[in-house]
Order: sequence, then C-alpha cells, then structure tokens
Amino acid sequence: MQRIGVFVCHCGTNIAATVDVEAVAEAAKSVPGVVFSADYPYMCSESGQDLVKESVQKYNLTNVVICSCSPRMHEKTFRKAVESIGMNPYMLEIANIREQCSWVHKDKEEGTEKAIMLMKAACAKATLNTPLTPGMLPVTKRALVIGGGIAGMQAALDIAEAGYEVDIVEQKPTIGGKMAQLDKTFPTLDCSSCIVTPKMVDVGQNDKIRILSYSDVEEVKGYIGNFDVKIKRKARYVDEDKCTGCGLCTEKCPMKKVPNEWNLELDTRSCVYIPFAQAVPKVATIDPRYCLKLNKGTCGICSKVCGVGAINYEAKDEIIEEKYGAIVAATGFEIADISRYDEYAYGQSPDVVTSLEYERLMSAAGPFGGHLLRPSDHKEPKKIVFVQCVGSREEESCKGGKEYCSKVCCMYTAKHAILTKDHYPDTDIYVFYIDVRTPGKLFDEFYRRAVEQYGVHYIKGAVGKVTPHKETGKLEVQGYDMILNEQMHIDADMVVLAAAVEPSHTARRMATMLTAPMDNNDFFTEAHAKLRPVESATAGVFLAGMCQGPKDIPETVSQASAAAAKVIGVLAKDQLVGNPCIAHPDELMCNGCSQCAGVCPYGAITYVEKEFRMPNRTTKMRRVAQVNEAVCQGCGACTVTCPSGAMDLRGFSNNEIMAEVDALCL
Amino acid sequence: MASNYDVTKEEIEEIAGVNPLRCMRCGRCSAACPSFDNMKYHPHQFVAMVENGEIDALMESESSIYKCMSCMACIERCPRQVQPARLIEAVRLAVVRKQGQNHLTPDDIPALLDPDLPQQALVSAYRKFTK
Repeated sequence: MQRIGVFVCHCGTNIAATVDVEAVAEAAKSVPGVVFSADYPYMCSESGQDLVKESVQKYNLTNVVICSCSPRMHEKTFRKAVESIGMNPYMLEIANIREQCSWVHKDKEEGTEKAIMLMKAACAKATLNTPLTPGMLPVTKRALVIGGGIAGMQAALDIAEAGYEVDIVEQKPTIGGKMAQLDKTFPTLDCSSCIVTPKMVDVGQNDKIRILSYSDVEEVKGYIGNFDVKIKRKARYVDEDKCTGCGLCTEKCPMKKVPNEWNLELDTRSCVYIPFAQAVPKVATIDPRYCLKLNKGTCGICSKVCGVGAINYEAKDEIIEEKYGAIVAATGFEIADISRYDEYAYGQSPDVVTSLEYERLMSAAGPFGGHLLRPSDHKEPKKIVFVQCVGSREEESCKGGKEYCSKVCCMYTAKHAILTKDHYPDTDIYVFYIDVRTPGKLFDEFYRRAVEQYGVHYIKGAVGKVTPHKETGKLEVQGYDMILNEQMHIDADMVVLAAAVEPSHTARRMATMLTAPMDNNDFFTEAHAKLRPVESATAGVFLAGMCQGPKDIPETVSQASAAAAKVIGVLAKDQLVGNPCIAHPDELMCNGCSQCAGVCPYGAITYVEKEFRMPNRTTKMRRVAQVNEAVCQGCGACTVTCPSGAMDLRGFSNNEIMAEVDALCL
Repeated sequence: MASNYDVTKEEIEEIAGVNPLRCMRCGRCSAACPSFDNMKYHPHQFVAMVENGEIDALMESESSIYKCMSCMACIERCPRQVQPARLIEAVRLAVVRKQGQNHLTPDDIPALLDPDLPQQALVSAYRKFTK
C-alpha cells in the first residue's frame, strides 16, 4: 500500500496569492493513499526540503507529491532531497501549480480549484510510480567545435588546454572568422589581426586541435557523451598535407578576376587562392566555379608550377565519420542583406558601403592597403555620413528587418569615426543615430571621445534619402536633425551603413541536426536565459558567440570559455548518468510491425527474432522490438505509435498517464 | 485640456488605425518627407502630438495638414509600422467632418459615376465629405 505525502508550496506570493494553499493541503488529506499533507512558504528552501525529508521518515512515506513550480525548475532539487534519505527519486511527483495555475489565473477560487485537481492527478500518478534506476553511459572524450571564428577558436583552445582532443569544423578555407576581417577593435583600438592571428597560430599548432577547414557538418546522431557526426570535407583540389602555402600557384593562376569574398568583393583574387597572408591552415584552395582546368579542361598551370605536386584536379568531396562527447555550436553571424533599402542607394553607388566593407577599406590588408579611398574613383573621401540601425530595430512586417538591436554598431561606428578623423583630420563626419547605446567598460567614454576630442557630428535623427549624382560624384544625403527640428542636406563623398547582423545562414540547418532550439530570428536558444546561458536545451550541445545573439568580441570570448568549461565538465566524467525514463516493449504484446522503429528519432529501436514458449510445450520464433537503453531519450514517440500498446515509457507509463486523466475527468 | 473641437486622440487613432506608442523616435519619417519645409508640424510631430492628445493644434495647423502630399514616403520608411501619413490623413478627416456640412449626398453619386473612376475613390470621398 502506498503512503503518499503532499507538500504544497506558497512560493512567497507567487502561488499563495491566487491559490488557497491551505485549502489544497486540506483537500489532499481526503485523497486515497495520502497519509500526510502540509503547506510551506518556500518548499525549495533548505528548511522546506528538511520538512519533506523529516515527514518521509516520520510518516513512513513511500511517495511524495510536491505542489510547486514547474518540474523544469525544481524537480531535480526535490528528487535529490528524497534520494539523500534513501527514497528512490522517481517516487517523487511534481504538480505544477505555479506556471500552469497561479500565474495564469486571476480568480483565487478558480485557481484553488484547479490546483486541487492538479494535486489529485499527481497523487493518482504517484500511486502507480515504481522505483527506477538510471543506467550509466560511456563518454567519448573528444569535442567538436562547429565554426572557426574567435568563439570557436577560444572554445577549442580552452578544451585542448584541459587535455582533450578537439576538432574544429570550418566551412571556409581558413579559420579566423569575421574578427580576422576587422581593422581595429573598440574601445582600445587594438589592431584586430594583430590579436586574432596569433590565436589562429595557437590553434593551428596545438597538437590536441585538428582543424577541418573547408568542411561542413553533414549529419549529427547520438546524444550527450556519444555523438556520431558525419563531416563533409569539400574537395579543395590541393593536398593539404603537401601544400606549403608558398603562393606560387596563386601568382601564376591566369584567372585573376574572381570576386574576393575576403575583401567583401571590393577587389578580385585568383581562382586558386589563399584567403589572406596569415590564413590557418596556410593552404591554397581552387575555386571550382572559376577554374579553367575543372570547367574546360584547359590551363593546368597551377599543377605545373607547384613544386611539391600538391594540386589534384581529381579530388572529390569526402565524408568522414567521427565520434564526440560534446559539441560547441559557434556558427557566428553574417551582415544582413540591405539591398531592399533603396533609399540609401546601396547597390546604386559603389560609395555607399556597409560597415564591414568600410572595415576592409581601412584595413592595411584591404583592397587599398590601408589608404582610405572611396571605391568609385579611388579618391580620399572628405565628407562621410554614417547611418545607424539599417535593418535593425525594425518590425519584420516593414521591410523584413530585424526586431532586435544589433548591439555592436554604435561602438564600431564610433571607432570608424575616430580612426578616420585620426588618419584624415580634415574629414567631416556625420553620424545619424536613433539612440547611442554604449553599455560596456570604457564604451561611453570612447563614444564621447569621438564627439568631444574628434568633433564628429552626432545627429539625433535619420537619413531619409541618398541620391547619387553622377556628374559631381557626390552623394546627396537628405537627413533630419531632431534636436534642431530641421531637415538637412549633405553633399557626402561616402555613406556608410551600419547594417544589421544576423545568424549565419547555416545555423538553422545546424540546429536541426543538433535538435537544438532556436528563436524566431534563428539565434540558438540557451537552456535558461539567466542561469544557463551557454548551454543549449539539448544535452551535450553548448553555445558560443554570435550564434546565440548579438555580442561583441570580449563577450564572445567569455561565452566561448564558459562553453569550454561546460564541455570539460562532460568530458571529465568517465560515465554519465542516463535517463531511466525510457521506452521498453512488452514482448508478449509486440507483433513485430516495426512502426516504432520508423518513428524513433534516435534510432534506438531494433528488432530481434526470439523464441517464445507456447501451449503444449511448443515454442515459436517471433520478431519483437528491442530498445537500446543507452540511445533512447524517452521522447515517447514509439509509445503513441505502437498499435498493440506494447511499447511503454518508464516513469510515464500509459497506466500512469491514464490515472492522471481519470483523476482530472472522473 | 480645453478642446475647441472635441476630437480625442482615441478617435484619431481609431480613424488612422495606428498606435503612436509604437514610435521609437528615429525620425526617418521627417527625414524622408518632401514637404518638410512647408509644414509647421512634421510627420514625427504628428505622432508625438497625437500621443500627447494635442489634437486641436494639429487641426488648426492648415500648413501642416494640407501641405502633406500623401506621398506615403514616411510610411515607406517607418521601421515600426507607425504610419504617420495615416495619422495626418485622420486629422484632415476630422477637420472635414467638423465643418458641419454634407458636401456629398447619396443623390449626388449617380452623376459622379464614371467608369474610369475607382469605386474606392467614391467610397472614400463619401466618407470624407459627409458628416
């Protein structure tokens, strides 16, 4: 006979304001099987937990029902508490009377009535609960980092530092990411490449880290501790092991008119290319879209000039399969497409550029070798207008913009203004802003320096129209100054648009493979917005950098190191405690139809031929389902699919669920 | 606030179908406005003044409501769906309605029927010019 104890939490006033908690505790006394009930202001507090523990011992309770917040919040807390006094933790049941009751009701009478029903349902289920023991899972002590930007590099370095092997998968030919494309960083004006390229070298030289550049993650299967990942190594037509990165092929390649994505297509590169001088790995790649040999069977010059015979036109994409214990998603960001903002004349005039393009224009490794020239006529711009919030802070229904603030634009625009004024003091700079957002250490000081020390004209207002004038080569900017309440017209030489950032276009595909949730902007969602900011809701998947939301470099690095710490926490264990709430078939009822195997997203169900005893001392071979307990995640898809009702979920059995439904409906 | 016209901000908001609280004060409407220099109150001010219930001042400002060309540039540029031109139109409509005359009666309509005239124009004229 079960002896159930019911504990009703006030949660301060969170529950008690809309639910008469004493009435719930009183009502529990008449529920079959309940031998004790109590209410308490904060059941999750130490004294609240003590009350539960003492009552279990005093009244010889076999089951505990806690009426409190969502089980996502404190189920673990209470299970641990009862486990500490020798009770099986799966004999504890939570009735969610906060999120699903007190927070959604205004009327106390209704709230109380519903809380009592939820309590009764939980008691009905608790009566049928059986002790469960979790299995142990092995851990593959290697990590996968998806993305080789600053987030991925930092995470990989920290994991490697702890002694574990890491693979970085990067889709581009080199690691480094967007940070390597930046000229300087705010607010210290450190040279970006001077701080990121040594990191790239560290990654390249670390014997625990393997860089799989020019590669894509193709498939992810498995679960925390045991991910099976297929990685496509795209054909680069150059043998990575033989290539010395001498660059002779890139010099001799006759196809020099390929848009250079490294410089955001502001200049061109050769078809066989090394993205930039400090690329890691420093290996050439043939762009198959433009190669004469691959497309027309002519040329072949690179192969002739290569001294080490690294060129291989016959190379094919290769799929490799690897095992990992944990995965860090660091897929980064892109600059949103702003071509639909006709008013700024982006795409109509080469002198209207995005901020990242401006970054390349200023960079010493950029198309003009660090001399700031405007793209149209290669003259120094004397008047530059910066426009903030292009595509950010905009309702999607307007022009498909982003509702969020891109966070980094205010600061990098101040940086662009300062750097430009510093190198070319006679330049006139206007910044049209809605708000200047500078939360961060030394950030506001930096922005004020742009205004006070460098005399950058910050104008609270907006730009309505940019008209390129072919004859004069000027860009007529029609803007509005909200402080003076005046429209203004500026004849500018260049216009720089602070375009919104958006998650990498590969992120959604990646999230689907990882079964990791995303928000409606395609940013990865963290497991808890406050307390678990670097974990995905999917166990074993961790988040770093812009893929989780707009952030600057130090925030990205912090998050990457935090994700690495979480990964190390997984890899340091020899075994992980599994989830005992998994599916198991009743072999006598199973008819071997295979429908459960078809719906299982984890591939946990297989079929075996088994001998069964039949009447009159005969036996019969039958095909029955078998669940791999280490792979099953307890999602329950098979239990609702099984036509004969043979599949059941431990901890959430059909009987238990039906008992809950009966308690609510009968 | 003493009112000469007895038109509330709620009425203007309802006619326009616009919620001025969505405005984030970016000023793109006034930056785009081709009639800016001719208007006493500019598109972004319509939004702020409707929000503050200063409807009388807007209704009295002929230079503002009749210099708006209804080009809808402010609507096109607005990143928050505030649609200032619809607020201006709503104030214009409130003024027309307050003039206390029926400029268009149902009897006038058959004479105005022209196969090239969109029915929408008649409906909107009837709505504007009839008390």
